[in-house]
Amino acid sequence: MAESPADPALRVSGLAFAYPDGHQALFGIDLSVDAGERVAVLGPNGAGKTTFLLHLNGILGTAAGSDSVGEVRIGGTLVERRTVADIRRRVGFVFQDPDDQLFMPTVRDDVAFGPANFGLRGDELDARVDEALAAVDMSKFADRAPHHLSFGQRRRVAIATVLATDCDLLVLDEPTSNLDPQSRRELIAIVEALPVTTLVVTHDLPFAMRLCPRSVILDGGRIVADGVTGDLLTDPALLARHRLELPEGFDPERLRSAPRVQAG
Amino acid sequence: MHVPDGFLNVSTSIATGVVSIGVVGYALRRVRAEMTEAAAPLAGLTAAFVFAVQMLNFPVGIGTSGHLMGGALAAALVGPWMAVIVVAVVLAVQALLFADGGITALGSNVLLIGIVTVAVGYAVSRLVVAALPRRALSAAPAAAIGALISVPAAALVFVGLYAVGGATELPLDRLAQYMLGWHTLIGVGEAVITGLTVAAVAATRPDLVHLARGARRTLVVTAPDGTTSTVTSSRSEDVRPATPRVGRRTAAIALVVSLALAGIVSGFASANPDGLEYVAESLGFIDEAQDSAVAGGPLSDYGLRGIDNPYLSTGLAGVIGVLVVVGLGILIARLSLRASDPDPDPEVERIDSSV
Amino acid sequence: MGAGHSHGTGSVSDGLFVHRHTVVHRLPAETKLVSLVVFVLVVVSTPREQVWAFGAFAVVLAVVVALARLRPGLVLRRMVIEVPFLVFALLLPFVALGERIDLGPVSVSAPGLLGAFNIVAKGTLGVVAAIVLSATTRPRDLVLGLQRLRVPTLLVTIISFMIRYLDVIVDDMRRMRVAREARGFEARHIGHIPVLARSAGALFVRSYERGERVYLAMVSRGFNGALPMLRARVTVAADWAGAAVLPATAGVIAVVAHSLGDLTAVTLGS
Repeated sequence: MAESPADPALRVSGLAFAYPDGHQALFGIDLSVDAGERVAVLGPNGAGKTTFLLHLNGILGTAAGSDSVGEVRIGGTLVERRTVADIRRRVGFVFQDPDDQLFMPTVRDDVAFGPANFGLRGDELDARVDEALAAVDMSKFADRAPHHLSFGQRRRVAIATVLATDCDLLVLDEPTSNLDPQSRRELIAIVEALPVTTLVVTHDLPFAMRLCPRSVILDGGRIVADGVTGDLLTDPALLARHRLELPEGFDPERLRSAPRVQAG
Repeated sequence: MHVPDGFLNVSTSIATGVVSIGVVGYALRRVRAEMTEAAAPLAGLTAAFVFAVQMLNFPVGIGTSGHLMGGALAAALVGPWMAVIVVAVVLAVQALLFADGGITALGSNVLLIGIVTVAVGYAVSRLVVAALPRRALSAAPAAAIGALISVPAAALVFVGLYAVGGATELPLDRLAQYMLGWHTLIGVGEAVITGLTVAAVAATRPDLVHLARGARRTLVVTAPDGTTSTVTSSRSEDVRPATPRVGRRTAAIALVVSLALAGIVSGFASANPDGLEYVAESLGFIDEAQDSAVAGGPLSDYGLRGIDNPYLSTGLAGVIGVLVVVGLGILIARLSLRASDPDPDPEVERIDSSV
Repeated sequence: MGAGHSHGTGSVSDGLFVHRHTVVHRLPAETKLVSLVVFVLVVVSTPREQVWAFGAFAVVLAVVVALARLRPGLVLRRMVIEVPFLVFALLLPFVALGERIDLGPVSVSAPGLLGAFNIVAKGTLGVVAAIVLSATTRPRDLVLGLQRLRVPTLLVTIISFMIRYLDVIVDDMRRMRVAREARGFEARHIGHIPVLARSAGALFVRSYERGERVYLAMVSRGFNGALPMLRARVTVAADWAGAAVLPATAGVIAVVAHSLGDLTAVTLGS
């Protein structure tokens, strides 16, 4: 598949989807994310955010035989049954519950699982695993069992498991939920340092403000706003319309003047 | 109910081990074929559930509590083959990680608690569920009765194993009485817990109850003029294949051959007595034979009464016999098909929601 | 099944494992597993009349327990699991057939007495052997050992997942109980069973749904049906030799016991 260097990292066109029981969750989503961008996906619960994400690596959608229309292209490649194996290597999905993702007996086994499925073996595999663990600062825990780690540590290992596949697009579903402030700070530092295109679904508006220059708001299965994060978060009417609330004492106006972080 | 080491002799332990390995191996193949790769995590999580639920203390009064064995419950929820694997895994982990149940007795334990309980529990549950209305909740009493029978059944098999390989001479009927009595009591507890648990699952996620697979929901259909009616849903698995498994031509040929044999060839059959009659004559007890209840009927003795020609008589009796049997067979097949599909005409599969 | 396992602190998924640095701990899991199975088979096949042999077995096993630096208290506590079949053994002298002898005020069956001893001795030795295995082997290594013993990969993976999620599910169950008790419910009599069953049902749904999510996570990381083989260090002949010491010693004892048994039979002319 020849892709021109100008292909966006992610392009979603006219995506609509209904569940088998008939309930329609997505009503036509258009989104384009360039390589190196970090984009936050905001929105109230039940807006269809996780359903949308599951289309990005072919778990839902035409590749899976669901009732979907529309296109998802990862780096120019259309997500369909034929390409789904390669897509899964290129899209790293970190689910909300790390326990769902750490299913092997040790941390090392979990991180190795992805790249091993994509053909890596031996020393190359070990090197990739060590690299990924170092990126999340969990190298010392390689031989521990996941149930011996704290929740924050498990979150970090979960990120390592997808980094190890050398993905082009990193998708994080609520990465800071249930984290104590220290773990949250450590996680922000880790994500900040990653050079990969990132899409983050989050309720943590300060996190979005800090890490993602651009945000979209997903509500009622549609994208209802797309722009600079600071602009979105300083529009109280917009926030109210879509049941978004800034935490107490958080003032985005102050942060707009602070230097912004860009990936890549 | 775990059998420890030394209860049964070495040869019995090895024999049950071989049987268990065989059944579990077969179950692995069936499960893999049915669910492909998803089998591993689903079975693992179900095994963790069975282990956990065996830890639950169910109070039975006067300070004692009972525990669930789980074979029939697992079979009702995830089907017999997955249940065999799940219980075998639980037993193996208990023996290897927790020293619970003898390592050499693992074969016997898997046979008793994993295989017999699951097989009997599932078989009985299926029979009961077939006789109940086709709703998801019917799986609950069916699973309960399956559980009730499964426990004493396993106890009986244990007595059998002990008879073969037990170390000490015991009055077997006493042992059987004791084991059956005690385990029937346990079976009651198992039945109650199993039934209620299946009911709880069927209430929220009936699609996760394997035993309830035949259940159909009732849906309300509103006609354009506003009148409502309820129909039972159907699923694509219900649609019968257009071509029957036995082709029409094959059936026709079979029918013709049967009629020819019964109608024509039978006239030339040997008049000599069959094996039993011959032995009865030689040994002198032929006179004990009594006539059957329909001895005086129109078709008795393979002849049609009122027709004197022996060939015609036998031949016509044969033809009538074949036609009656075939007719009865078709009738029974139709009735049982109707029983498993309440609406012979597949109803509307999609309901247009006016959202 | 015996009473539920309560492990207090420490995760269920660790089994009975006690972390020590001993020669027994270092042996690869498959060698220990085979060694202990053979040992128990030897014990079970030893004629029960040779009572001394079981004493010898116990001594040999005690040496292994000492080598593994397991506290006797730990071993004794886990032996409590035996209790149900000890009850059966206790009844045996009273219910069995055969010649009766007088034990003080009561008349019991001589074969029954021997049978009771048989069960207690062999069962107990079996339990201690199993305790040695679980206390000196990490669950993960046990799974690895099974894999090396050519247990089908699907079964090994299922066991692996079960062990991994045991903690999570048991935790879910504990949290449900806490939630019940916080609302004033304590399961005390038989009428409470429906509430517990509802929790059990909810637990199944949660566990199964988690299984589905795990599958999704596996698929997202490229899983296509080829189950992963765990990697471990190589097992050498020396390891097997080390593990063989226990069953070999037991074998010697058993051979002596068998020949003595035959000798006695011949001498008595029976």
